[in-house]
Amino acid sequence: METSSDSVACLLEVRGISKSFGAVRALQEVDFTLRAGEIHALLGENGAGKSTLIKVITGVFARDAGNVRLGGDDVAPRSAKAVLQAGIATVYQEVNLLPNLSVAQNLFLDRQPMRFGVVREGEMRRRARALLADFGLDIDVAAPLGHYSVAIQHVTAIARAVDLSARVLILDEPTASLDRHEVDILFGIMRQLAKRGIGIVFVSHFLDQVYEISDRITVLRNGRLVGERDTASLARIELIRMMLGRELVETTSARAATREHQPRDVCASFENFGKSGYVAPFNLELHHGEVVGLAGLLGSGRTETARLVFGAERADGGQARVEGVPVRLHSPRDGVRHGFGYCPEERKTEGIVAELSVRENIVLALQAKRGLHRPLARREQNEIARRYVRMLDIRPPDPERPVGLLSGGNQQKVLLARWLATSPRLLVLDEPTRGIDVGAHSEIIRLIRELCDDGLALLVISSELDEIVTYSDRVVVLRDRTHVEELAGEAIDVTNILAAIAADGASHEVHA
Amino acid sequence: MTVLLPRRGLAQILALIVILAVDRVVSPQFFDLRLQDGRLFGSLIDVLNRGSPVALLSLGMVLVIATRGIDLSVGAIMAISGAIAASLADSHGLPIVLAAALGAGLICGLWNGFLVAVLGMQPIVATLILMVAGRGIAQLITEGRIVTFSSPDLVWLGNGAILGLPVPVAITLGMLALSCAVVRGSALGLLIEATGGNARASELAGVGTRAMILAVYVWCGVCAALAGVIAAADIMGADANNAGLWLELDAILAVVIGGSSLFGGRFSLVLAVLGALIIQTMNTGILLSGYPPEFNLLVKAGVVLAVLLLQSPKFSGLAGMAMRLRRTKA
Repeated sequence: METSSDSVACLLEVRGISKSFGAVRALQEVDFTLRAGEIHALLGENGAGKSTLIKVITGVFARDAGNVRLGGDDVAPRSAKAVLQAGIATVYQEVNLLPNLSVAQNLFLDRQPMRFGVVREGEMRRRARALLADFGLDIDVAAPLGHYSVAIQHVTAIARAVDLSARVLILDEPTASLDRHEVDILFGIMRQLAKRGIGIVFVSHFLDQVYEISDRITVLRNGRLVGERDTASLARIELIRMMLGRELVETTSARAATREHQPRDVCASFENFGKSGYVAPFNLELHHGEVVGLAGLLGSGRTETARLVFGAERADGGQARVEGVPVRLHSPRDGVRHGFGYCPEERKTEGIVAELSVRENIVLALQAKRGLHRPLARREQNEIARRYVRMLDIRPPDPERPVGLLSGGNQQKVLLARWLATSPRLLVLDEPTRGIDVGAHSEIIRLIRELCDDGLALLVISSELDEIVTYSDRVVVLRDRTHVEELAGEAIDVTNILAAIAADGASHEVHA
Repeated sequence: MTVLLPRRGLAQILALIVILAVDRVVSPQFFDLRLQDGRLFGSLIDVLNRGSPVALLSLGMVLVIATRGIDLSVGAIMAISGAIAASLADSHGLPIVLAAALGAGLICGLWNGFLVAVLGMQPIVATLILMVAGRGIAQLITEGRIVTFSSPDLVWLGNGAILGLPVPVAITLGMLALSCAVVRGSALGLLIEATGGNARASELAGVGTRAMILAVYVWCGVCAALAGVIAAADIMGADANNAGLWLELDAILAVVIGGSSLFGGRFSLVLAVLGALIIQTMNTGILLSGYPPEFNLLVKAGVVLAVLLLQSPKFSGLAGMAMRLRRTKA
């Protein structure tokens, strides 16, 4: 943990914040310092604790420990409204305004200029126009907000926040749905606000933008502070190391380098496969008995690639082949029919059916594949469930228990069992070890190897580079929704993956 | 809930027994049965007979609710199918009358299913459309009059007897057996419960969730149409304004009393029909007791509240807490 000099006055000081949800420690003694007039990027992968930190600062979540000081005064963690009045405003990715009201009404909601109990519409519009003019916007403020682009809605939200005498402005992924031109406009406004002395917290996973706009960077990982640096002196590869938790280890970690594979048959191949605005067209060949790892930062297109490959998302170009035969891949049903399986990252919302039993969850995909009229008899279901409960050591070993009552690791095993029961040829696993305790973690990695030895093709996404290096035969690296690099054999190590992820950072370091 | 309902269905059976016992108190002849002209008569038979339309509706409704949906239009579909049956009864044979009436229900179900499954509308709004429009359609069919008929075939459907049982009761039992066979005999039951429990996850597991949702609305429409035909046959006429009025609410109530959650997932066909019986047993009991029928609504509300409280985890939590408190005090 290192902190840059404290010579400049601090605007917002967050010290020793901890927050737990049940047994999950979302934040552990996190510090964060924002100076007046700076743009400060808050970075971290999924689950790093960025959103939790923001919600603790803004009073949405009560903090378990620590304190927040704004301009030297304690900010009592009373309520979101109190924090807003103290001068900390947040604009979320999904703008929290009312699209059916006019721009002016949105700007002055709850504080409309009144005379004799009547809203002075003309006065309100005049003030709205003046306010937006500061932001370089000249639009019809009487039109409903929903008529305007997301960028203008963002600017409106920011204008409202600033006008509420915000001293700290938190922008949570403001650029996620903006195009380049709109980003430029937004950045112009951010710089202007910073000049006025407002401190801006910028959350984004677009590293190019972070380097372009931010003065300093704070990185969180797994609910802890990794470090706080000046952007100008932080090399991109170093930043990525901080985010992914790689120290400068040059050793090819625990890679089982002994495994030599004789080339096996192609299981599935994808040619110019892609979807515009989702992930750029890619070529990918998956072989029987091979694990292909997908590496990249959050938002780089890993999950998107997985969903296209399985058919959960429909590609708008390219050709998929299974065992060399061109196939249609328009829906998960198509994927299942071709012998694909997909364990999504969002286990609870996209994986398990919580109230159904372990047995029912395990047989679900197999039953869907067989069709309505060929039901699995209860006896067969019991047999399948018992076999996988034993094979994967699912605990407690009770097939009739609702799956929602199992731990995360066991739920993940149930999902694996669901797909294994369909005798798949290709399994796509999205972050199969996320949120799983250490014991189950290594078990799942062992399973991945075993399945692969049985001739299955596997496509595995993980943020844990160590993990990817351990089990992958090939690693595809993604950046900005594009497949940028493929590493195979000896070339697979953490350093090379990091280098590929950071590759286009060179220009920025020169620029910085 | 595990404490209060040790076994599925126990609460409903207990409730039915309690209500039957109360009925026995207010009307000593409640359990009397007699055979006349090859048909059983008595209050119990009356409960079954009167309860048939709602029981049929609940057979369709329970599957819709299991997919996390709801169908507010079943009362209106009853009016449409009743109007069609009554208009055709005296000029066409029973098979054609039934085919036309049930076909109309099927089309109504397809419409609802299309709005929900294909266009992705919220079920409550999507079916509200037909709930409002359907009664208008029925009135157009009857041209605003009460259409009466005298076709003995159709009258038999409402008033005849099979093996001593009134025909509506026999039809309801038949439909219950049929739906149990189809839903639990095929994989439909599992796939519907999975769809209702987590539609996204089910879709990713390869379940054809859209087709599933479409199918349950179609089934619900057909069940409602059958209920409409029986209701019309019972009174030997079709009253587009009042046929099936508010019965969608009774059907939803029956499903909820039957222990299926409005949030989808687990369901029970038998318990839904049992729920319909509980409602009708209450209705009949209140009528027999001589209290004004207005009480009916209040008692019904009370029973619903009781059943929902029993199902609510929060309430069980509170009850558990109260029990622990009492224990610590002691």
